[in-house]
Amino acid sequence: MRSSPTGGTRAAAGVLRGGPRRRRVRAGVPLPLLLPALIGLAFLIVPLAALLVRTPWHSLPEQLTSADVWQALRLSLFSATAATAVCLVIGVPLAWLLARVDFPGRGLVRALVTLPLVLPPVVGGVALLTALGRNGIVGQWLDSWFGITLPFTTAGVVIAEAFVAMPFLVISVEGTLRAADPRYEEAAATLGASRFTAFRRVTLPLIAPGIAAGAVLAWARALGEFGATITFAGNFPGRTQTMPLAVYLALQSDPEAAIALSLVLLAVSIAVLAGLRDRWVRAG
Amino acid sequence: MTRTVRRVRRPLQGAAVGAAALLALSACSPSGSDSSAKPGSSGPGALSGEVTVFAAASLKESLTTLGERFEKEHPGTEVTFSFGGSDSLAASITGGAPADVFASASTRTMKIVTAAGAASGTPSAFVRNRLEIATLPGNPHRVTSLRDLAAPDLKVVLCDKEVPCGAAAQKALDASRLNLTPVSYEQDVKAALTKVELKEADAALVYATDVRAAGDKVEGVEFPESADAVNDYPIALLKDAPNAEAARAFIALVRSAEGRKVLSGAGFLTP
Repeated sequence: MRSSPTGGTRAAAGVLRGGPRRRRVRAGVPLPLLLPALIGLAFLIVPLAALLVRTPWHSLPEQLTSADVWQALRLSLFSATAATAVCLVIGVPLAWLLARVDFPGRGLVRALVTLPLVLPPVVGGVALLTALGRNGIVGQWLDSWFGITLPFTTAGVVIAEAFVAMPFLVISVEGTLRAADPRYEEAAATLGASRFTAFRRVTLPLIAPGIAAGAVLAWARALGEFGATITFAGNFPGRTQTMPLAVYLALQSDPEAAIALSLVLLAVSIAVLAGLRDRWVRAG
Repeated sequence: MTRTVRRVRRPLQGAAVGAAALLALSACSPSGSDSSAKPGSSGPGALSGEVTVFAAASLKESLTTLGERFEKEHPGTEVTFSFGGSDSLAASITGGAPADVFASASTRTMKIVTAAGAASGTPSAFVRNRLEIATLPGNPHRVTSLRDLAAPDLKVVLCDKEVPCGAAAQKALDASRLNLTPVSYEQDVKAALTKVELKEADAALVYATDVRAAGDKVEGVEFPESADAVNDYPIALLKDAPNAEAARAFIALVRSAEGRKVLSGAGFLTP
């Protein structure tokens, strides 16, 4: 992370938009920059290429048509989307609060919001268990009042994914809000709009690209979530076994199946990025 | 060179230790060369360096204790452990992880290592483990048999079928023709146990040793079908061991009377 959250957000949003446009540098690229850059590129690309090289192509159709794979993929797509929806509903207002309302301890709150970013996901899962588990400080009331227990359920998967993914959305949206000119909202207020109306009719459309970028980041993070999910929601095919969990457990006994599953996840990620490319790369 | 010196010197240093070693080794040591490295009497500078031990999660408490003793008996050595699911450990070893010793929770996972030619010699079992039902403290759901786990409102967690404790659980359930639907298939035995410790699950099928290690956080229930699913724990010196000599001495300690005492104290059965 950068020292200022806004800078980090811009960088994060910039990734999706293809970065700010600058004038091309005409001079040759200096070697001390080119060499590490190429190493960096290879570092990111080679493992993915290795996955393709080692893919058991002959048995791939058989691996991919198995019901287990589709079950895990369906669950992954559903829960990542639901987690993103949860993040949007509660994350955008939180970002607005952090960006627009000056309250004591705001810096601390912002730091707390970003904590799940740096927290190991397994720790996040344990934290969720102690809070929302059947015996957790909130969960025991959910259980005794409403009969709701979250661990070992698909809802638990969604919560675990939302927990780790929400900081991405909040930071992204907050950064966009800070960059947006508050005078538009003030103008709306002078014309008689309430603060909520101004948010709904002026601010939201203004920061829509930032929200979308944050949602994509959050969705991608949720799709790949492993540690918090297996810790909080457990692992049961069709209910809580998402693709990353299926990959991990397949790796224990059947590396070929794990590679095939990884390939599916890779393909889904590429498809989503490619699908959004037109929208986000050109926006810059 | 130092090896010969040690062999001669050892019995002279402590007759009692030597006698204990002989007793223990005549009982269970697979090869003569291992017995020469019986710990308890290190000559100065005999063994040194780091011994890296990859071991099944269920061995955590007992091997950690033995590792500390080993370090005390052989100053200058350091035993580093990597505990985890036997399958993933086997995969790391065949993938070239720099380990000296592999102690696995099933012969099947050890075979992955021997089949890849990564073990030195033939590994043999040093302990056995059987399953037990771990329930909440005080056993509020009155679980007394394997059959009780099939109650519809009971939240049971099992290990995933891919890891040894899950395979053993499946064997026991198959043997008693029981169709049990758990709420989760956990990635290793400690994860399954933790779910009961945190009271998220009502019961789990775990090793007897894990129930013992959890103290009063869970209550163990023995069941006769566990006899159908006893896991042998083999231990092996690895072929590419960076510190083979110290590793041999560590294996000897695990197999010694002292090692057995620690292991059976943790709830393991001796083969």
